Amino acid sequence: MDVTHLAQNLHLLERKLLPFLKEHATLPALMQASGMQEVEVMRALQWLSAKAALNLSQEEKERLVLGDNGKSYLKHGLPERRFLKAIAQGPLSVKDVMTKAKLDMNELNICIGLLRKKNAVALAKEKELVASLTPEGKKLLDSEWPEELFLKKAFPLTPSPKDKPVADELLKRKDIVRLEKANLWSAELTATGKQLANLNLGEYSALDRLTPELLQSGKWKGKVFREYELNSKAPFITGGKRHFVNQAMDYMKSVWLEMGFTELSGPSVQTAFWDLDALFVPQDHPARQMQDTFYIKEPSKGKLPKIASEVKKAHESGHTTGSKGWGGTWDEEVAKQLMLITHDTYLSAQMLSKAKTLPLKTFQIMKVFRNEALDWKHLFEFYQVGGIVVDENANFRHLLGYLRQFFQKMGFEKIRIRPAHFPYVEPGCEVEVFHPIKKQWIELGGAGVFRPEMVKPLLGKDIPVLAWGLGLERIISDYYKITSIRDIYKNDIRQLKDMKHWMN
Amino acid sequence: MPTITLNRKVLEKAIGKALPEEELKERISMLGTDLESVTKDEIVVEIFPNRPDLLSDPGFARAFKSFLGVETGLKQYKVEKPKHKMVIDPSVKDVRPWSACAIVTGLKLDDEKIREIIQIQEKLHVTFGRNRKKVAIGIYPLEKITMPITFKALPPQQISFRPLESTKEMTAKEILETHPTGKEYAHLLAGKTRYPLFVDAKDKILSLPPIINSYDVGKVTEKTTTVFIECSGSAYDAQAKCLNMIVCALADMGGQIHAMDIEAYGKKLVSPDLTPSEQLIDIAYVNKILGLDLKEKDVKELLARMGYGYEKGKALVPAYRADILHPLDLVEDIAIAYGFENFTEELPQVATIGEEHKENVLKRNVGEILAGLGFLECAPTILTSKETQNTKMLAKESLIELSNSVNQEYDVLPAWGIPTLVELFQRNRQYEYPQFLFTMLPTFAKGQTETGIAETQKLVVGVADEKADYTKARQVLDYLMRMVGKEITIEKTEHPSFIPGRVAKILVGKKEAGLIGELHPQVLENWQLIMPVAVFELDINLLF
Repeated sequence: MDVTHLAQNLHLLERKLLPFLKEHATLPALMQASGMQEVEVMRALQWLSAKAALNLSQEEKERLVLGDNGKSYLKHGLPERRFLKAIAQGPLSVKDVMTKAKLDMNELNICIGLLRKKNAVALAKEKELVASLTPEGKKLLDSEWPEELFLKKAFPLTPSPKDKPVADELLKRKDIVRLEKANLWSAELTATGKQLANLNLGEYSALDRLTPELLQSGKWKGKVFREYELNSKAPFITGGKRHFVNQAMDYMKSVWLEMGFTELSGPSVQTAFWDLDALFVPQDHPARQMQDTFYIKEPSKGKLPKIASEVKKAHESGHTTGSKGWGGTWDEEVAKQLMLITHDTYLSAQMLSKAKTLPLKTFQIMKVFRNEALDWKHLFEFYQVGGIVVDENANFRHLLGYLRQFFQKMGFEKIRIRPAHFPYVEPGCEVEVFHPIKKQWIELGGAGVFRPEMVKPLLGKDIPVLAWGLGLERIISDYYKITSIRDIYKNDIRQLKDMKHWMN
Repeated sequence: MPTITLNRKVLEKAIGKALPEEELKERISMLGTDLESVTKDEIVVEIFPNRPDLLSDPGFARAFKSFLGVETGLKQYKVEKPKHKMVIDPSVKDVRPWSACAIVTGLKLDDEKIREIIQIQEKLHVTFGRNRKKVAIGIYPLEKITMPITFKALPPQQISFRPLESTKEMTAKEILETHPTGKEYAHLLAGKTRYPLFVDAKDKILSLPPIINSYDVGKVTEKTTTVFIECSGSAYDAQAKCLNMIVCALADMGGQIHAMDIEAYGKKLVSPDLTPSEQLIDIAYVNKILGLDLKEKDVKELLARMGYGYEKGKALVPAYRADILHPLDLVEDIAIAYGFENFTEELPQVATIGEEHKENVLKRNVGEILAGLGFLECAPTILTSKETQNTKMLAKESLIELSNSVNQEYDVLPAWGIPTLVELFQRNRQYEYPQFLFTMLPTFAKGQTETGIAETQKLVVGVADEKADYTKARQVLDYLMRMVGKEITIEKTEHPSFIPGRVAKILVGKKEAGLIGELHPQVLENWQLIMPVAVFELDINLLF
């Protein structure tokens, strides 16, 4: 490439670094010589390398870094220096030395060992162990030690052969210095690089930033702007955002709203009456057992609505619903138990009990609760997307129509249903969508036509009610490429920042 | 969900053909069951709880055969007239008041059939029998029993016999306290002053239901040809249904069913009764629910596919079906026979106008406003712990506890939202600061509602940074309030979680809407946080 053109378009950092590249090759050396920051040197090196002005190589090397104690000793002095200083005025008991020199037991022992080896202290056992300064000690105190000089060097570093013995000694001690693996960069100028470095770069200047001053003065006129390396990476930025699950839920809401459904919402604590009894779930149904449902300790029971007497009759004998009912006695006390909702269908039941005008189409997106141990595919709290259509003319095929419409908007063209059982719907089905990439069916939840034993006591008449309750965490985790379902609610800042936006 | 393990060869023999695995899976699934796994010898199928009659090899084969069209229609089971009787003594009234019973003869058993019989008993115990509480089943070889049989209850101290899986005679107390099966089911007899027993004409104990059988009467073996079966519990209907499922399965294995007389509480009845029940079925209703245009002959044919008979507007429901409460249950079976895969969808024009829930409109807008300020929304769990809510926060909120959470760290409902956000700061303390987080979650307190618990939707906002302080939090709060167009007032308060003099109540009108302040350094230390944190929480509904 034309050296002149290159020279004209050098970045400020490159200009600054180039002269030093004639004599220095490694990152620390370049930093020290140029006085530039590590990132600045690295960026200049990478740019120059992209322009074929130098060859950049990387080598894994062990380097020494200062440990916590090393940093502290650099500031407050080595323990043995502090020891000697403490007895400089006269002998002291070892205990007093410890206090005066602010040494801990470990440091004290090391000091004594080291200083005796150097014959710098004498120890005498009187009532206590007393330390005094020897003439060698005095000399030592007045000189600067190789260890101290070494600690003052710019870390991280690779010790020179001369420093090696000192470094090895310090390595033996607790957290003064330690070895760390690092990638060492080194740079070697190419022929082009050498030419560049030998130029008087000042003669080849192009404008760098366009500034207000340049604009106001018009000095930009007739000048050339430095060309950018357009492919270099821009620094990473992130922004504030809604949680990705809520982004998805908002979209789902908009789909149901477009289809003319009204959104419902309600409390997470309910009586078993609304969660189960109103849905014609028999009182001895296994789902009521402690292992599936969270019950509230105190208050443990709530009040029943007036309509409970109708529900009781439906359970016991079917009453006017045309059903035989479950038989046995329906126990009010069981229905009064307070629990965390196990599905959002209770809102559909409440809606039926207060519906004034028909037809009615409602939906809700709510957190529901299951008393399960947390693992990679089970959550004890998760979202359910449920809805109903209350319409004299509704039928099973319409249910398929609504579900298909919803899933099409979610990006799934193919859906299918299989027979399944839920105590409050008949016919009941499992809803599955076909994953176009994985080529497999994904189970998403249940749907069906509400039983008359549920509808009639609540609504006062028996008309078809289409209903569904879908768990969409599987679709969401798939969209965001999350493999463990727990990670959906990990709330890890990095994950939240990096997560792509819901783009439906 | 319960599963049954089917012998693949036996099933293939019953349906008269071997289906390719894909088709087997698809057909089983379209019958309303689910193929869990299949190997050369075994097929494991999941059964929904409404179909306990499918929880046996013969029961499943019967339904599958019919569904595939191999042998359809109502299956008739012959029941021989009673020759023996069982007396239900009034002493069982307060313990286990009823039992249904039958005799099956002519069985030719082998290892496979014995496995099938054991499986029927086990599966029905767990599901339909609600772990033996509703129904407990006993099946005994008849050769060691002298008729008639009495079902009676005795005080526990008068009961002693050698139970199965024991080497010696044990008292009732010992059985319940030391025998493995006894211990498992002892709770079903807790507090009873008398325990129920089946005894024969020579007063030999057959069993102590719902716990265990006697060793002397023995187990069903390859030599057994005739069995006595009883199903005991609280409601006769359930026991009779359970018995029907068992005797029909045994009859499918080649046995002959013999009824027995039962004398109970001054009444006489005959058990089992396998007469099909009648259920009215209106074809217009079927078509209305399913959106189809079926004719009577179609309905008849579809019902036959599911094992029903049909006569002039009435379906004949087999005696082993326990789930037919309403004509709608027949509609479902008609739909299954029709094939769920054959329904075409239709999107009707039902004119309604959608409307978003007001609270959610607020949440969506508040979320957007804060995201615009650079805040990240988190979605933490609602359930939390006392340690998070109170201990670490130095707070003393009164908390609503769960009585049975399996996760100890998640066993209370939050009384306030700030601790949840602080926990999120802790989880993210390895990352760069400043951190701007918010979340929306409900908080719970006792209140005047139908449940006695009032829930409030809260917004919680926090900044963790070297320079995080009251002013930072206040700036965000003020901006939010300007955006939603609400006036607030700030009133100095005291709170143990915050630095004194740097915490205030937020009021909307005269209503307390929340709290704002700088967290106390002790609280930060408890959470191992090394950055100051300024937070506020706010009742979302007061932003209307």
